[in-house]
Amino acid sequence: MDGPHHSTATRDDVRHGRAAARPAADGAGGAPGDGHSSTTTIEVNGVPHTLAVDNRRVLLDLLREDLGLTGAKKGCDQGQCGACTVLVDGRRVNSCLLPAVALDGSAVTTVEGLADGDEGTDGDGLHPLQRAFLDRDAFQCGYCTPGQICSALGAIGEAAAGHPSHVTDPGAPPGRPVPLTRDEIRERLSGNLCRCGAYPHIVEAVEDVLP
Amino acid sequence: MKPFAYVRAGSLQEAADAFTARPGARYLAGGTNLMDLMKLGVEQPEALIDVSRLPLDTVEELPDGSLRVGATVRNSDLAAHPVVRDRYPALSRALLAGASGQLRNVATTGGNLLQRTRCPYFQDVTKPCNKRSPGSGCGALEGVHRDHAVLGHSEHCVATHPSDMAVALAALDARVELYGPGGARTVPAARFHRLPGDHPERDTEILPGELVTGVVLPALTAGLPSAYRKARDRASYAFALASTAAVLEVTDGAVSHAGIAFGGVAHRPWRARRAEEALLGATPTRAAFEEAVDLELSAARPLRDNAYKVDLVRNVAVDVLAGLASRTPDRV
Repeated sequence: MDGPHHSTATRDDVRHGRAAARPAADGAGGAPGDGHSSTTTIEVNGVPHTLAVDNRRVLLDLLREDLGLTGAKKGCDQGQCGACTVLVDGRRVNSCLLPAVALDGSAVTTVEGLADGDEGTDGDGLHPLQRAFLDRDAFQCGYCTPGQICSALGAIGEAAAGHPSHVTDPGAPPGRPVPLTRDEIRERLSGNLCRCGAYPHIVEAVEDVLP
Repeated sequence: MKPFAYVRAGSLQEAADAFTARPGARYLAGGTNLMDLMKLGVEQPEALIDVSRLPLDTVEELPDGSLRVGATVRNSDLAAHPVVRDRYPALSRALLAGASGQLRNVATTGGNLLQRTRCPYFQDVTKPCNKRSPGSGCGALEGVHRDHAVLGHSEHCVATHPSDMAVALAALDARVELYGPGGARTVPAARFHRLPGDHPERDTEILPGELVTGVVLPALTAGLPSAYRKARDRASYAFALASTAAVLEVTDGAVSHAGIAFGGVAHRPWRARRAEEALLGATPTRAAFEEAVDLELSAARPLRDNAYKVDLVRNVAVDVLAGLASRTPDRV
């Protein structure tokens, strides 16, 4: 990863056995030497950020409060509603439950990182799934939408990688892509609540972007 | 949330040493349950010892045909693993019946085993709870307990264990590998979780400073079917009201092995030993399954508002066993 590096080990360092146990705390930013904050480098939407992070900070608060990325929403703040869903190293997660210090060296994609701004081919620069949510009227208040979109992108990737769901036929051959039927989409997005009840249109929007 | 130190462990020994230095610490893997409990004030660790990057993230087939699952293998990866799907479908199905896609991507094998009850009295620090605060009483005993235990509970605690995965591991005779200041040891999965008795604050047999390093699934006869079925308040993303994991072997028209565990009805996955013994040598008919499960459930002591669970787990279990019998090849 390009960008600022600090003494804290990256994920690759650890996988290759270069990491040593150490208090990641350095006191920077907090009360000096209090041991309650840690220097952490996280790449967000392609941009590396190195921050002195209070050890209590969860990824969601780091994104919203420290980086000003307010796309990921705080709904329940306890992993039940999915409004905070982002992608970490390509996998969808509840950012409200992840201590940011534990993500040192990770790459995060939020809803702000999906649109490429390229107005060339389809004209609006939005990610195809964002376009589909607009076309299908797949939201009402919009509060859950960033989480729905990030979760759907993660789910599409998981199905393509052959990950089964609770409604996948147990006899389906392992390792093959799982076709995303409506039942599959509904099951795989069950961790994203929509109080407006836009579920039928959300399923249609996801169907629109399936390969 | 109270401030805490953060330590990233580079090895198991370093993790154990860090715990010895800070006995008020908690190990952090995926953290999906721990962070929630810290936000609620139920957990107030002085330090988090991050074990998520230890090299415990692989699934390996061992020479004797067993399968070793590292403690930090994510629930979603374990459920999708080709060998798990092929040989231990009850485990894959149980994992997929739990939580959400986002949570399964983060939650680990070890963390799933060590997750705490979702009893609302345990999660609310303003309420009495002997598990959270020994001696304070049990709010659920005479309170809201529709979701609580019908087997093996005590006057001190009527909570259930929330894991689906652990129910499958109990039925499949898995073993849990532990490492701690006292060294390494293994415990049968079916005996890893405890009944509450006089000490509901102890969920499992794990000792202070020990951590789960892996789970070993024994070699199963090829083609031996196993299954997991879960009854819950909605079709997805809800904890079990009652569930059953089972594996069945039939030889010469008679049951030659049965592993049966109930979920959602006790403080631990409830291994149905009496039902298993009753089935050994029996012809695998629905009537035989009903008789065996009823024998097991003769020990049930439902609370004021959860007697429905006895019927529910009975029907789920009989259906799972009858379904397995219809698919089990008779080993003549």
